[in-house]
Amino acid sequence: MMDKQQANNVTEQRGNGAEAQYIDLFQQCRQMICDHSSPVMNAVRDEAFERFKALGFPSKKVERYKYTDVQQLMAPDYGLNLNRLTIPVNPYDAFKCDVPNLSTLLYFVVNDEFYAHESTHSPRLPEGVVIDSLKNVTSSDSPLSTVLSAYYNRLAQSDADALTALNTMLAQDGLLVYVPKNVVVDKAVQVINILRSDVDLMVNRRMLIIAEENAEIRLLFCDHAADDRNFLTTQVIEVFAGNNAKVDLYCLEETHAKNVRLSNVYVQQERDSRVRHNIITLHNGVTRNKLDLTLAGEGAECVCNGCVIADKQQHVDNNTLITHAAAHCTSNELYKYVLDGKATGAFAGRVYVAHGAQKTSSQMTNQNLTATKEARMYTQPMLEIYADDVKCAHGSTVGQLSDAALFYMRQRGIPEHEARTLLQVAFIREVIDQIELIPLRDRLHHLVDKRFRGELNKCEGCKLCR
Amino acid sequence: MLEVRNLHARIGEKEILKGINLTIKDGETHAIMGPNGSGKSTLSAVLVGNPVYEVTEGEVIFNGKDLLAMKPEDRAHEGLFLSFQYPIEIPGVPMSQFLKAAVNEKRKYQGLPELKANEFLKLMREKQKIVQLDNKLANRSVNEGFSGGEKKRNEIFQMAMLEPTLSILDETDSGLDVDAMRIVAEGVNMLKTPETSCIVITHYDRLLDMIRPDVVHVLYQGRIVKTAGPELAQEIQEKGYDWIKNGLASAAASIDEGSR
Repeated sequence: MMDKQQANNVTEQRGNGAEAQYIDLFQQCRQMICDHSSPVMNAVRDEAFERFKALGFPSKKVERYKYTDVQQLMAPDYGLNLNRLTIPVNPYDAFKCDVPNLSTLLYFVVNDEFYAHESTHSPRLPEGVVIDSLKNVTSSDSPLSTVLSAYYNRLAQSDADALTALNTMLAQDGLLVYVPKNVVVDKAVQVINILRSDVDLMVNRRMLIIAEENAEIRLLFCDHAADDRNFLTTQVIEVFAGNNAKVDLYCLEETHAKNVRLSNVYVQQERDSRVRHNIITLHNGVTRNKLDLTLAGEGAECVCNGCVIADKQQHVDNNTLITHAAAHCTSNELYKYVLDGKATGAFAGRVYVAHGAQKTSSQMTNQNLTATKEARMYTQPMLEIYADDVKCAHGSTVGQLSDAALFYMRQRGIPEHEARTLLQVAFIREVIDQIELIPLRDRLHHLVDKRFRGELNKCEGCKLCR
Repeated sequence: MLEVRNLHARIGEKEILKGINLTIKDGETHAIMGPNGSGKSTLSAVLVGNPVYEVTEGEVIFNGKDLLAMKPEDRAHEGLFLSFQYPIEIPGVPMSQFLKAAVNEKRKYQGLPELKANEFLKLMREKQKIVQLDNKLANRSVNEGFSGGEKKRNEIFQMAMLEPTLSILDETDSGLDVDAMRIVAEGVNMLKTPETSCIVITHYDRLLDMIRPDVVHVLYQGRIVKTAGPELAQEIQEKGYDWIKNGLASAAASIDEGSR
């Protein structure tokens, strides 16, 4: 309901005309876009285009975009790779990327293009599991293609969001993860998203993740920018967790100051399913992550965590909406930020407990450290409850490091700078400790430590392995 | 070891130390006693360089060096240690990591190589025994969830790890039961060498029965008003501080009369 209101607002507040170039682009290149994509993806393109035209980019007066100026971000003229020129790189050779001791099934997506393993090296997946190019799978005549057409864009189209509409109208490829009923993928799946280009580039990446009844999968997305170019990525991820399914989704961003990331994640959880969404921003330029998660079946449970380390002029905005649509569901949310330099952070979290969603248990926490006077943090935890038998809590804090703790450490001989680093690492530790993928947790402790020491200044391919 | 001359210090506009003079020789243990609010904790805080306090006058020479010119961490590296009256909890920083950083920073300062992980663990196990600290506590975050007694024992454990030349025990006995106090006192005595000195700040003489001071000072209204041998502690325990306060008042009165 609120989204419709928002949509109306948006139309009234049409902005600086940044939409025009994308409208022109689509009208001129529609055929080329479709030729290099698949029928399933093409089927929803025109509708998305109409929606995008109606919405326009949100101004900062639109509630869920008040902390990130999308109109300004969208104004520059980026190149797009619509006719799918292949970038001459074999990522499996170029990026030796691995989390030590974490035996993962490794895949690469370069810009928005899935890179298949050479067939001889292809990892063995359990029977029926598909990890492949979204375009390729939905182009084929396989029965799966029909299944997918029922899922693709289902969650996204119910959201009146201009960025999602833009992504839907322009996206040509991306990743599909499909885990059929009763199948458990033991090994974690690691997907490295690499931005690669010799010119400034806009990427519209699409991901569809389906875990059917009783299925289990753990996914780790690592985003990197391999070239020193201006990149703008729109990303839409749709996640379906069937009855009793378990999906872990870890998203780690390590890009650079010239990167703009606009990611919209939609999750739908059926009865007794469990989803963990953990989003980690270590290095970036401008990042906005939106998460819309619906607990649609009774007994569903989600953990939505995030940690942000930002300095210089970095901007990180996490915007979440968790909808308790059914009774007996649990949601836990913990976001922690450490902001240094002139960084700005924003967290807006809304928990919506629908009428009849009794016995809801919900906890939302946002804690932030600002290390300088110039760093800015905006925090907005919101609870909206229409059921009368629930347990909900929300809270947020913004503060500085404890002077008493700093002095205690210095008295023991730990220099001030080192003491600060230890305290900042300790602050973030609470989020990292909740990661259930132990080798990833260990690796992140190490990366976070390096990040605070300034030894992790820019992304060099995949820092995770070096 | 330590030479404090005419030390004045304040917090905000309030002057708390009003001219402290104190000399501690190598190997000596000094007790500083005094009623609440007399400036005992301020003195220890100023010596270790707590930035909350501002020194307005005076100087402190520590082993021939100007102590007040040094950063708190360098004072620690030079061998100064404070056992805090209220040890700070630091959630998320494991005890072992905290101590490893402290020990290795000191070694760096002294030009020694860092301890290897196994050497450090061995040292920790060895020193834990001194205060009967459970190994589990050492694996937890610094002081987090420790009981009062555990926190104080943890302070002495850190002292054992860092091997200071001058230790200040700020009301280490407060809130301890007799057994815990015995463990703490035995730990302190075990660490004592003819080269190391100690300042024991306390309200009570119970601790001084176990850690025998060479000299006892009474601090009152920001000044040391009485200095004597260990028998002074006993006397204070029996008679309280009033006789000293009254003595000072009458002395002041007689000065007043004399000047008329």
